[in-house]
Amino acid sequence: MTQAGAGSDPAGSAPPLEIHDLTVAYRNKPVLWGVDLAAPAGRLIGIVGPNGAGKSTLIKACMGLLPCASGWVKAFGRPVPESLGRIGYVPQRESVDWDFPVSVMDVVLMGRYGRIGLFRRPSAEDRRIARDCLDQVQMLPFADRQISNLSGGQQQRVFLARALAQESDLYFMDEPFAGVDAATEASIIAILQGLRDRGKTLLVVHHDLPTARDYFDWLLLLNLRVVAFGPTAEVFTPELLQKTYGGRLTLLSEVAEAVQAKAR
Amino acid sequence: MTLVPDFSVQRVFVEPWTTEIGTHGMMALVTFLVGATCGLVGNFLILRRMALMGDAVSHSVLPGIAVAFLWTGSRGIGAMVLGAFVAAFATHLLIEAITRHSRVRPDAAIGIAFSTLFALGVVLVAVFADRVDLDQDCVLNGDLPMIPLEPPVRLGSLSLGPPPLVRLAGLMAASVLLLVLFYKELMLTSFDPGLAAGLGLPVRAVHHGLMLWLALSVVASFEAVGAILVIALLILPGATAALLTERMVPRLVLGTVHAALSAVGGMHLSVALDCSPAGAAVVAGAVWFTAAWLFSPTAGLVPRWWRAWRAT
Ligand SMILES: Nc1ncnc2c1ncn2[C@@H]1O[C@H](COP(=O)(O)OP(=O)(O)OP(=O)(O)O)[C@@H](O)[C@H]1O
Ligand SMILES: [Mg+2]
Repeated sequence: MTQAGAGSDPAGSAPPLEIHDLTVAYRNKPVLWGVDLAAPAGRLIGIVGPNGAGKSTLIKACMGLLPCASGWVKAFGRPVPESLGRIGYVPQRESVDWDFPVSVMDVVLMGRYGRIGLFRRPSAEDRRIARDCLDQVQMLPFADRQISNLSGGQQQRVFLARALAQESDLYFMDEPFAGVDAATEASIIAILQGLRDRGKTLLVVHHDLPTARDYFDWLLLLNLRVVAFGPTAEVFTPELLQKTYGGRLTLLSEVAEAVQAKAR
Repeated sequence: MTLVPDFSVQRVFVEPWTTEIGTHGMMALVTFLVGATCGLVGNFLILRRMALMGDAVSHSVLPGIAVAFLWTGSRGIGAMVLGAFVAAFATHLLIEAITRHSRVRPDAAIGIAFSTLFALGVVLVAVFADRVDLDQDCVLNGDLPMIPLEPPVRLGSLSLGPPPLVRLAGLMAASVLLLVLFYKELMLTSFDPGLAAGLGLPVRAVHHGLMLWLALSVVASFEAVGAILVIALLILPGATAALLTERMVPRLVLGTVHAALSAVGGMHLSVALDCSPAGAAVVAGAVWFTAAWLFSPTAGLVPRWWRAWRAT
């Protein structure tokens, strides 16, 4: 496994993401308790857990979009606000208004805004990078399309292109595979693996357990607390999955089948 | 006596551009500047689905002026503008406080805040009628015909025009500059506040800035068209433009065109019917909106029916 990418980091060996004793509450009701973990560099990490487990909440808290009731989050050894330039974010697709009057290209360029700075316009170089990112997700022919005229899967790919345009070292992605077809899912996972091979760290919320096992190097099993965090081979066990998903029998039997299918 | 004066092409269409240019032309220019300035902010209100904020901020002008008059005891334009501006921005802060610290949703919070403040204004004006000497009608409906009569602002020997015109022109220039400088930030914080915060943009500061801009636009406009009609001029240009194009910059440009067409249409209408020029401009603006709604090549009803009919 490559461990490049951390070379430019002044704090050398600091992990891309370190969370200590993080608790997040909505209106005094905690939805995440005592999350404690350090993500190693150059890993593609899946975040798995039932609906309402706090996956989106964890990502938002890491990005500093939600206040933490206790604990702290560090990226590359520094508090998150100081490393924002190195963090990319793909929110859940439904979180924005797709009737917004902008083109696909405009949305991808938004990923560059952190680098462009105040009072400046996207340069030719920014546009070149944006086109390149669109090309990677096979959306270049749609560059001038109004975003409301896209299908759900195409919207998802535009969001991914925007994250690529951020050229970050650490990525948070909330359900990037929601609503995309199998071929697109395969091409997206190839892009994510490419990023991983270049030393980037990615935390990706994923709902499909059978494929989670194939896609991710590491898994974070989450249900209000961290149930398990480690290499997929060690964590993807019926016992731990049962602990994560609780008594949801239908899901559990599905998981058991998936595990058995792999074992065979 | 007839209610509507006899129609005469000379009087309705020629004189406003020739002999009456100093009065009707001036009123049309002021109306255009109101529509253009308010249209720019309004486009962003529409984008953020906060069109109601326009209602809220403009209604708060009345209590603001009432309090300013009571407090300072003066009836000067300075006290009036300052009072209106403080009240407009305070309304925004009150709405923010209600939404952030209660379960009340933004639309309900807007409804609560502005109607209450407006009622407060009505009560203040009534209770202190002897001390507030405030022409409610003037605040709510503006006094456009008075503007050409005001002594002009002078810069040396150069006459720049009546004070409201100068204020509006200054604000229009500042608005365009603001847009050019902060277009990126306004767009990103409107589209995806999560990513904006993730990139380190001051999302809340941009929001406050937008509300400040709205308050300034409303305050600069109410003298001319009143605190009620300004609501229409905030929303109509952007809403009309949104029917015609799906891109933001063309929307901003078309909104300005809409403001110009409304001002000119309103001028002719008010001369023809001898009615309030501000009211006529809003009616004209609504006519342009309806025209766009019916005939917009992309979103219009008639082209859509036509295509459906052709397809059968
Ligand atoms: N804005 C909010 N206000 C109050 N409670 C919230 C809010 N957002 C989420 N919650 C609660 O927090 C818990 C975790 O929500 P979260 O969105 O993080 O779940 P998730 O794991 O992303 O679920 P899903 O798989 O459905 O996306 C849920 O119980 C939810 O009810
Ligand atoms: Mg979620």
